[in-house]
Amino acid sequence: MSDPVVQVSGLRYGVGRRRIFDGLDLTVARGKVTAVMGPSGTGKTTLLRLITGQVMPLEGEVTVFGQSVPTLPKLELYALRRRMGMLFQNGALLTDLSVFENVAFPVREHARLPESVLRALVLSKLHAVGLRGAADLMPGQLSGGMARRVALARAIVMDPELLIYDEPFVGLDPISMGVIVRLIRELNDALGITSIVVSHDVDELALISHHSYLLSEGKVVAQGSPAELRDSPLEVVRQFMSGEADGPVPFHYPAPDYLEQLRS
Amino acid sequence: MMFEPIQRIGRVGVFFGRLLVQCGPALLRPRAVVHQIFNAGARSLIIIMLCGLFVGMVLGLQGFDLLQRFGSEDALGVAAALGLLKELGPVVTALLFAGRAGTSLTSEIGLMRATDQLTAMEIMAVDPLRHVVAPRFLGGLIAMPLLVAIFNLVGLFGAQLIGVQLMGVDPGAFWSQMQSAVELDDVSEGIVKSVCFGIACSLIAVYEGYNAEPTAAGVGLATTRTVVISSVLTLLIDYMLTAAFLGR
Repeated sequence: MSDPVVQVSGLRYGVGRRRIFDGLDLTVARGKVTAVMGPSGTGKTTLLRLITGQVMPLEGEVTVFGQSVPTLPKLELYALRRRMGMLFQNGALLTDLSVFENVAFPVREHARLPESVLRALVLSKLHAVGLRGAADLMPGQLSGGMARRVALARAIVMDPELLIYDEPFVGLDPISMGVIVRLIRELNDALGITSIVVSHDVDELALISHHSYLLSEGKVVAQGSPAELRDSPLEVVRQFMSGEADGPVPFHYPAPDYLEQLRS
Repeated sequence: MMFEPIQRIGRVGVFFGRLLVQCGPALLRPRAVVHQIFNAGARSLIIIMLCGLFVGMVLGLQGFDLLQRFGSEDALGVAAALGLLKELGPVVTALLFAGRAGTSLTSEIGLMRATDQLTAMEIMAVDPLRHVVAPRFLGGLIAMPLLVAIFNLVGLFGAQLIGVQLMGVDPGAFWSQMQSAVELDDVSEGIVKSVCFGIACSLIAVYEGYNAEPTAAGVGLATTRTVVISSVLTLLIDYMLTAAFLGR
């Protein structure tokens, strides 16, 4: 295996008194699709914010392309981010720009291309996600699935080496879901990029990921290929993979004794 | 509790500094700034002109009533011009600006924050301060003095309408007294005030939007704060500037 794209070790992070990560270790191999799974509220999105340098860890190392993210000055962090693309949960399209201009936005900001070249580039990316015909629409006119595909076109327009997906499957109908699932793996293999997918949709992730991490309570509790995770003997993994309501991850939010509370 | 307002002033100050650094690069894209001048300025024109007219008409009525007690209703032109140029024009325009343009700036930026648009820009290695906040700040800042000028113009027309047309003040006296009594200093006092109000109101609006809590309630709260803080700040700055100008 060549050097990893993302290396997280001994990561500790918290907000106020709440501990989110307590000694997290994780590696993302070059050219692979790495899945990060876990119940809601385990800080999966926070992990992405740490990898992209939006928040700083309390302790531990976050290395992307061999550079330590938390210690980078702003300009170098911005240079590093140009090598990444990120797909947000709700697309995060700029609402005052058309679909075409949204995809063109990062290119206009970072490169001076003749208008004809820019046009060809943007249309080719929109074609890749099947939305060349929607170039003139405004984000408000798109369905949730279309918005996410436009956001995906925008994320790949600068030809990133690392693509990060934050909950790409949430709230999609089965057809849009199938499209996104296929696109993630196809883009990864065709463009030779590295992908991180944060999600809790076990079945979809099993279709596309090479390696999966399962997070719970601030740590990696299990990792391996989709098949290895499915056959894991660990109770917490079984509960998550088969979706049982109660188990090591309790159904009830911590509360005082029910009877006591009713009597008081 | 005691330190909270002081911390807040400090945070706004730091934000202002970071914003100023980004204003230079933002000026290199004049189209974005012009677009924001249109948003903050042209879209406020109707309300500014309407209010200017009524303020001027009230000045005409009250001024006439006051001055005729001393038999000097010919000075109505001077009274209306000084009142508008030095005080009412800048202050009322700033209050209206906070309610019309300030709130729309805050809620727009706040919603961009809430829908991850600002974060997405940061991930695309684009500084949202430069790209989103600075053009809006500059747009508001440039629009304010222009709006004040228009407010004054319409206000004078309103005062003239009531004083000369309705109450029968001699038009020659109305205009010539105004022309001879209003000094350049009076005009520049109004301009200085309008620029200061422009900075204050635009800064508060973009600061509240940029730092709004990314929820529906958070954006609502930030919008309310914009109006309240801008209004109070406008009147506070107005007092200090008036004192400074009179003390020269």
